[in-house]
Formats: sequence, structure tokens, C-alpha cells
Amino acid sequence: MNDKVSRNVMVLAEHTGMQVSEGTYELIGKASELAVALGGAAEVVLLGPRDLIDQLGGVDIVVSMEHPALTEYLPEAYERALLEVLVQRSPRLLLMSNATVGLDLGAALSVRWDAPLVASVSALEIDGDAVMATAKILGGKVLVETELPGERGIATVLGGAFSAAASQPASTPQVVQVAPPAGLDALRMSLQRVVEADDGDVDISAADMLVSVGRGIESQDNMATVQDLADALGVPLSASRPVVDAGWLPKTRQVGQSGLKVKPRVYLALGISGAPEHLEGMRNAELIIACNTDPGAPIFGIAHYGTTVDLFDLVPELVDKIRD
Amino acid sequence: MRIVVPMKAVPDLVEEIELTSDETGIDREYLTFVLSEWDAQALEEALLLKDAGGVDVVAVGLADDPEIDQVLYTALAKGADAAVKIADATAVGSPGTADIETADRAALLAGYLAAEPADLVITGVQAADDLDGQLPSTLGALLDVPHVSVVVSVEVAGGSVTVRQEFAGGRSHELQVQLPAVIGVQSARQAPRYASITRIRQAMQAGGLTELTVSPSPAASGLVVRRMHRPEATGQAEMLTGSAVDVADQIMGLLRARGLVKG
Repeated sequence: MNDKVSRNVMVLAEHTGMQVSEGTYELIGKASELAVALGGAAEVVLLGPRDLIDQLGGVDIVVSMEHPALTEYLPEAYERALLEVLVQRSPRLLLMSNATVGLDLGAALSVRWDAPLVASVSALEIDGDAVMATAKILGGKVLVETELPGERGIATVLGGAFSAAASQPASTPQVVQVAPPAGLDALRMSLQRVVEADDGDVDISAADMLVSVGRGIESQDNMATVQDLADALGVPLSASRPVVDAGWLPKTRQVGQSGLKVKPRVYLALGISGAPEHLEGMRNAELIIACNTDPGAPIFGIAHYGTTVDLFDLVPELVDKIRD
Repeated sequence: MRIVVPMKAVPDLVEEIELTSDETGIDREYLTFVLSEWDAQALEEALLLKDAGGVDVVAVGLADDPEIDQVLYTALAKGADAAVKIADATAVGSPGTADIETADRAALLAGYLAAEPADLVITGVQAADDLDGQLPSTLGALLDVPHVSVVVSVEVAGGSVTVRQEFAGGRSHELQVQLPAVIGVQSARQAPRYASITRIRQAMQAGGLTELTVSPSPAASGLVVRRMHRPEATGQAEMLTGSAVDVADQIMGLLRARGLVKG
């Protein structure tokens, strides 16, 4: 174990198909800002293909590790590789996405690297020597202000919480090579195949308008009500995660972090509370109209227009008026 | 094959969440707790494996959790072979009054699994009140077994499982994972099955909850909660009021102005 403790802020780069993810740039932007406040540097960990270094402007240091097991994301390989990097580099703070990779690795590294973790982070700041993180829990209904004390910490960050790193400087980052640990040759899991997303019957990300339905629809029998409205408008029906997980609409209709990001001219959200995961997928719609009986629903925080009228009263009225 | 499914209840998100007066916790007095939706998905995936044969499913919860009897009896009514309630031998204070950190939850479950090992642990990928991390990866690291999160299907083949791990946008990876392992389920291959009130009552009358006391290794997360609060209304949502007819008229106006409906 390296005894040296740095004041650096580290970001794990996520990539698929030789492309660094958009979320990585959001983390890099924040890491650079926090590193300045801490008097340290921003580092990006790049596990896998070195060719991707060209895409990582905006940081001081790129920590690179190459190994055949790291070519595509593989949870156990990434965990072992990242732990090796953390032990060698001792950053003050590690930032990861609160999506698949962060859900896989964050809490496990919290145990193995012995560092406190805060999940679902929507804001980060430095207060003296302390790292302060705000987490959004309970579907975005409660904000928790936390402190990551000690010499190290991990934050898994909600997508869209920070803006992507601005212009990338012309200067090339310093590249530090870290040798792969022996554990990468004795993994207990392997990648069998990569399955690309289904195209589906309609591309909701290309629609001008979406009628989108959430948990408030209550049952599969009620889906016909909102399908009627979508049909009357001639637009696709989309949904938040609970509706898709319940099997009431196919995965290709899911809006949100684990579904698709959409940017229609109008997004009509029916019975959607507005969990952070969902907001990430639709916050850039030009006009958001939300219907939810709970006046405290987080969806009203980003909607342009809202109503607390019951969707089961509202939707038939809309259908009548459109068909008139 | 023995599959253990750790389960818990979380505050019903349909309700308003009240905070304690010192603003460091959730006021549980009037809250309704319901089974965490991801745990419902995890149980379904485990029961699908049981349906295919050769599998025992054990639902497990912490005795200090709210509504845990209801959660476990419902699991039995849906087809779990056994249900176990774990009490913390080191606990002080009255049960059910405080939030349990994931680190403590995982330590207790690790203690239980050390005594009664599982071939496979399947649980929800996360819970709505997770703050210091999620259970599957915490538990995987504590047990030092392979773990995979955001899984949408599990199939057993000999000494390993094949799982599908999902990424944003619907892309997924098929992984082969050696057992024992911990899997965090995002959604099951089919919607969670339903247990009628009658079946749940029958399960309750039959009893069948085993209680165990476990001494966990200390596992505080180290995270410090300074303050909880509700989001400030950053929202600019202009509220449309009146009857359903009035609101429908206003929405029609907005759609017409954008040429999305005629008239």
C-alpha cells in the first residue's frame, strides 16, 4: 500500500465501442473544479484501449492500464484494476457514474479500498478540507447533505448532475502507466457476448411528441386509456422504468438513464413522479407538461406546465377534444 | 442449489416523506413501507429459476426492518421455500426506528451467509433509500465472491450462471459467472407474480419464519449525514388549475400553439 495521500480527484472513464461516454465528460468537468479547490490535480483512469487517450482532454493526468480483460467493461476485471490504481495513486476522491458501472464497482471499492461512499450524488463541493456531497434519495423527494471525512472517498454521480467539461485544452495530459495486477489473469467471470440494443417498432428518440406514462397508471388494464390518447395524437407511447419493468411496454419505449434519452418538442408526462433516473432522459424536451396527483412530485421541478388533476379524469377529456 | 434473496421494505414513494425534527433522518411514524420494487424483481427471477427445477429459494430480511414479516410472508405465498429473519446480536435501542445503512445490512447478511452459505444470492440492484452504496456489490466484496449488478436475466448452468447485464440505451453484456456469486437484479425476465391476500394470510397462519441472531463484524460506512431536506422548488412549472375539462382545454391550447393538434 502506498502511504502517500494525494489531493487529486479521480474519474473513472467509461467507454463503449471506442467512444468515451458523455457522462465521463460531466465528471471530468466537476473533477477539475474540485481539484482546484483542493489544491490537487484532476486524473482520469482509462482502463483498456490506450487509443482513447486522445478523447480525454481537460484533465491533468491520465492513468492508463491495458490488459485483454479490460477491452470491454467486465465488472470483476474493472474492480481489480481500479483497486490497483487507487492503492497506487491514493486520490482524495473517486468519481463514477451512478449507472451500471458505478452500481457495480462503487460499493465494492468502498469495502476493498476502505473509503466511505455516497451514492446518487447531485452536487459536490469542497468545504475547507472536507468533501461535501448531496445525494438525491427516495425518488428525488429527499436531499441528503453528507460529508466524506478522512483521506479518501467515493461518489457515484447521477447523470446530468454536472455540465460536461467545457472546451478541451490543446495541451496533452501527462500519461501515467500502471501495470495490470496479477488478479486480472484469474477472473471468476467472463464476457460471452455483447448484445446491441433492440431497434424496436418505433424510435421514441425521433418523435416530435411523446405521451409518457409512469407508475401512476397503476395497472396494465389502464394502459389502454393512455394508448388511446397517444393514438388520437398520432404519437408514440413511452414510459418510465416501473412501467417497463412491470412488462406493460417494451424496453424500447423506456425513457431515462437505463432507457433512452429523448428530446421531443412536447413531452406529456402522465403519472410520472420524476425520479432522477427518469429526469435524466427527458429534461431537454422543449416543452414538458406533467400530470401527477402529488403536488410534491419532483417532476414539477422541471416541467414547464403541471397539473394535479387525476390522469384518469384528464386523459379521456383530452381524447374527446382531439377527436372532436 | 440454494438461492438466498435478501429483501426489504422502503417508504412508499407515493406518500409525502416527513423528516425528523433534527433533519438527519426520515420520520417513520406515519410512513407506509412497501417492498422495494427491485427486491420484488429479484424474488421473481429467483422463483423463475425455482420453477425450472432443482432450486431452493430462501427469502431473508432483517428483524429490525419495518414491515419485514409482511415482506417475508408474501415471499412464502409467492413460492419461496423458506423465510429467515435475522436479528442483530449487537443491536441497541428499539427496532425499526432508524435507517439501517447498507454497510450494516451487508455485514449482517454476510454473517448469516457465512453460517448458512448460498450458491447464489439474488437481490434488488438498489433501493430507493440507498445512501452509502448498494447491497449487491457491498455484499459481494464482503464475501469476496464475484458480483454483477443491473442484471435482467439469470440462467443456471452447472457451477456457473449466465447473466445479462444492462447498460444505458438497452445495450447489454452476457456474462458467465462462477458460483458462488451475488447478483443485483434490475428487472426479472417477467413481471413479478402476484400473491393473493388469501395466500399471504395462509402463509402467516402456517408460520414458517425462522429467526436467527447474527453478530456482524463492525462495518460503519464512515459517511456523515449533516442534514436532510426536501428539494427546494427550483421548478418553474406553471400549474394549470380547474376541473379536468378546464385543464384539458389549457393543454389543448399549448399543443395547438405548436401545431401538434389541429383546430
